[in-house]
Amino acid sequence: MSEAANLYGVVAKFGSPETILAAAQQTKDAGYENIEAYTPFYIEGLDDNLGHAPTRLGWVVLMMGITGLLTGFFIQYWSNAVFYPLNIGGKPLNSWPNFIVITFECTVLFSAFTAGLFMLGRNGLPRPYHPIFNTPGFEDATRDKFFLCIESKDENFELEKVKSFLSGLNPEDVAEVDY
Amino acid sequence: MASISGKPPFKETNRVIVKSETFASIDDSVNKPIETAPFKTPLWWWIGFFMAASLLGVYLVTITMLITKGIGIFGNNQPVAWGFPIINFVWWIGIGHAGTLISAALLLFRQPWRTSINRAAEAMTIFAVVCAGLYPILHLGRPWVFYWLAPYPNTFGLFPQFRSPLDWDLFAISTYASVSILFWYIGLVPDFATLRDRARNTFMQWFYSLLSLGWNGSAKAWQRYMRAYLILAALSFPLVLSVHSTIAMDFAVGQLPGWNNTIMPPYFVAGAVFAGFAMVNILAIPLRKAFGLERLITYRHIDNSSKLMLATGMIVVYGYAVELFMAWYSGVEFERYMAFNRVLGTDHGWAFALLIFCNLIAIQPLWSKRVRQNMTMVFIISIIVSIGMWLERYVIVVVTLTKDFLPGSWGDYVATFWDYSMYLGSFGLFFTLWFLFIRLLPSIATSEMKELQHHDSHHGSDYYEEQRAEEFSKKGLPV
Repeated sequence: MSEAANLYGVVAKFGSPETILAAAQQTKDAGYENIEAYTPFYIEGLDDNLGHAPTRLGWVVLMMGITGLLTGFFIQYWSNAVFYPLNIGGKPLNSWPNFIVITFECTVLFSAFTAGLFMLGRNGLPRPYHPIFNTPGFEDATRDKFFLCIESKDENFELEKVKSFLSGLNPEDVAEVDY
Repeated sequence: MASISGKPPFKETNRVIVKSETFASIDDSVNKPIETAPFKTPLWWWIGFFMAASLLGVYLVTITMLITKGIGIFGNNQPVAWGFPIINFVWWIGIGHAGTLISAALLLFRQPWRTSINRAAEAMTIFAVVCAGLYPILHLGRPWVFYWLAPYPNTFGLFPQFRSPLDWDLFAISTYASVSILFWYIGLVPDFATLRDRARNTFMQWFYSLLSLGWNGSAKAWQRYMRAYLILAALSFPLVLSVHSTIAMDFAVGQLPGWNNTIMPPYFVAGAVFAGFAMVNILAIPLRKAFGLERLITYRHIDNSSKLMLATGMIVVYGYAVELFMAWYSGVEFERYMAFNRVLGTDHGWAFALLIFCNLIAIQPLWSKRVRQNMTMVFIISIIVSIGMWLERYVIVVVTLTKDFLPGSWGDYVATFWDYSMYLGSFGLFFTLWFLFIRLLPSIATSEMKELQHHDSHHGSDYYEEQRAEEFSKKGLPV
């Protein structure tokens, strides 16, 4: 039995996406807030059932996309029209239609890397250690088992109550997990 | 090629995924071949890898020759300054585009059949882009200063000429390559976590742990992940169209007869997809057999990809027709002569005739379901299509450049030994990477397949599938 201060949370293991969806809903309805589910693949609606707010990733990507667009255009405008004016075939120095392709590519480059790296960063990756990995049988969380954790930092967290609550959700297993 | 998954022989199906598959069985069938101990690697893999690596050796020898002697070793000269290197560059990059379309466009169009082939197709994209990207760099003459194309503060006080499509190419291809690698890697992260958790020895555990970045599959992480994945798909789709359009503009912006056409960008994109789906078939048909993945890559996938090949092939043929029509309709004598020379010319007319055979006649059998369901036929047609698309670029580059305007400046083009060795060698590079990929990384996206199986169990179009089954069994095809 671990000391309460060292306890990360109580984790229940489920055998199917349907059961964990129902369990997540019931856990949220019971008033627990610091809860998280761990699944082998994306389950539609699970983030809703857990009460997770929608991600703001799209807005960040939009901002960076606009930054990329302006960067792409102005590097061409500045270098070919201002810093080192180049007369090519008598075209205007700021012949913007010719600059569209590179402007577009820079927009895509900035937005795509923002989407990818911001997602990893906000998920806290790379992160070699996470207390949830101490859950017995957690190897199956990337295979065919579904885990639901009520974390000890939750305001309503009382070890025995949480354990009996999770046991009541018809899980395959319930375990205490230490840091 | 024997199956190494050790499963009993299996009845072919036309479902997107076999109904009886479970999350665990998807995992096992994809990951078992990767986890095989090195000394138990099947013989066919060693033979394939050895052949590919030998060709890679040819490639390295050619590059050594190229760097020591200069591009005089190639057949490129006036008037054909763009010979094999550009033909092969366009050919390779075209092949790459199908991978992005499968993983991005078909995701946006909610086509569930993309899921089991997207990983392999994206790998194909990256390897093809690697092969393609090296050509323009290597045929610069001084490949080691290729970075002069990029805008950066330098001691010359110079900047690139941004109105040139050749500089657009640099941006298009480097963006395409880096975004493709990012998209592929993001897709791989959850699968690396699966391999990490399955690992039975320390080396594999470390190897896949590092690659998985510590992915734990929390619901919040998945939420962000799916959003990022969707955004990447939405960005990659227009990106892939822009890349091949840019390559088409390398030609179309020039004023040579046969190049200066507005139809070039869309027709090049269609040609790219055409060649790309052919390569998907060439790679997927042996892969599903060799790794026993027939339950995950079913007849449905090959059938659909053949249909796309047929559709884009017909668009390409329409492009040929429009080019010839526009040459006549423009009333420009050089355009008209080019069209005549392309079709009936004595020196390169054979290439056009062969091209019509490969890209128009050889694909017609694909109208028949029976042909699309015959793996050998699809494989052979796909190889013919790949040859046809190579010939298309040969016709565009060589026929136009050999006889453009003044007869006094006409010339001929003959590829040299080193042209051929470099082309063969680039296959070595491609297939070496391919064999390493199928051996070390999961060639099917397992987390996405599990999601598909979950989705299929709830929203599977069983009614539609039964109708299909009935129709198929009437024709004696596998259901």
